[in-house]
Amino acid sequence: MQTSTVRTLLVRGMIAGVVAGLLAFALAYVVGEPSIDSSIALEESQSAPAHEHDGAAGAPAEEEEELVTRPVQSTFGLATGVLVYGVALGGIASLAFAICLGRVGRLRPRATAALVAGAAFTTVYLVPFLKYPATPPAVGNPDTIGKRTTLFFLMIVLSVLVAVTAVIAGRRLAPTLGNWNATVAAGGGYAVVMALACLLLPANTDAVKETFPAALLWEFRLASLGVQALLWTAFGLIFGALAERVLRPAGGQAAGQGPETVTGTPAARAG
Amino acid sequence: MAESIVPPAVSSSAGSAISPLTPLPLRAVLPWAVFVGTLMLVLLYFVGAEQGATSVFSGAGVHEWVHDGRHLLGFPCH
Repeated sequence: MQTSTVRTLLVRGMIAGVVAGLLAFALAYVVGEPSIDSSIALEESQSAPAHEHDGAAGAPAEEEEELVTRPVQSTFGLATGVLVYGVALGGIASLAFAICLGRVGRLRPRATAALVAGAAFTTVYLVPFLKYPATPPAVGNPDTIGKRTTLFFLMIVLSVLVAVTAVIAGRRLAPTLGNWNATVAAGGGYAVVMALACLLLPANTDAVKETFPAALLWEFRLASLGVQALLWTAFGLIFGALAERVLRPAGGQAAGQGPETVTGTPAARAG
Repeated sequence: MAESIVPPAVSSSAGSAISPLTPLPLRAVLPWAVFVGTLMLVLLYFVGAEQGATSVFSGAGVHEWVHDGRHLLGFPCH
């Protein structure tokens, strides 16, 4: 029965992830796409001579962009990316929720869901973003993609591991320090370790060219931040509501079925 | 008559519904976390990193398809 509860939570987490992904896609399309388009236009205007040479060299040497056209990238492509991201992280977050429920504070399901969503946004996106922020197209040096990808995922893994350690430590400290102080200590510990990680890990010095317009970069990064913030806020609220309904104690059902009905009885009769 | 009996019944069962939260046993969560969690991480890989630093499939179709999402979600991309 508890296994089926986990399965139900997982399915609802993925559903909440899809819905949150749809909202995030709408925001990404409206506020994110203009800066991506400007960025690509900038890239093409700067490398226009190179394009001419490629064209002269022959038709087979087609540009990468023609594999998927811009209108498709900015609609179906963007939707695919954001929705898959929403489903995948929705599923993982619902599993984290299943572990945290009743273990991290005595919180109701929807409060636990909000907490998990907030922690996921902070650890998976916000803190890695502070060190290795999102970059629009055309700013990256393709030669360093390997290094940049490794550092970015390393930062995420480190952030999540430190956060999990902080939560476990916070639970241990709670009986002696009290809930508030234990939470502050755990949060402070996470912040200090991640600040040290930011200082020690190598910087992405070649991630953004010096000539790239600062206003466009700001616009893009703000859009990225907004998309992620909306995704996780929507996920936390929607999943919280769905989880609350799954986990409402049996008393809620018994109200409709009369006092005689015990959870074991229907199964016993059916068997 | 019957209607007047219902409200007390509802309120009494609602009172008993406020019960302490019992954590789900880790035994029940673990199999889902291992199998579905891994599957979800594979999905994230395809959105966030495939045909960038590493490639499972040759070409650039996956990269180009999720290109805008990858940028806006914060992943490093070319």
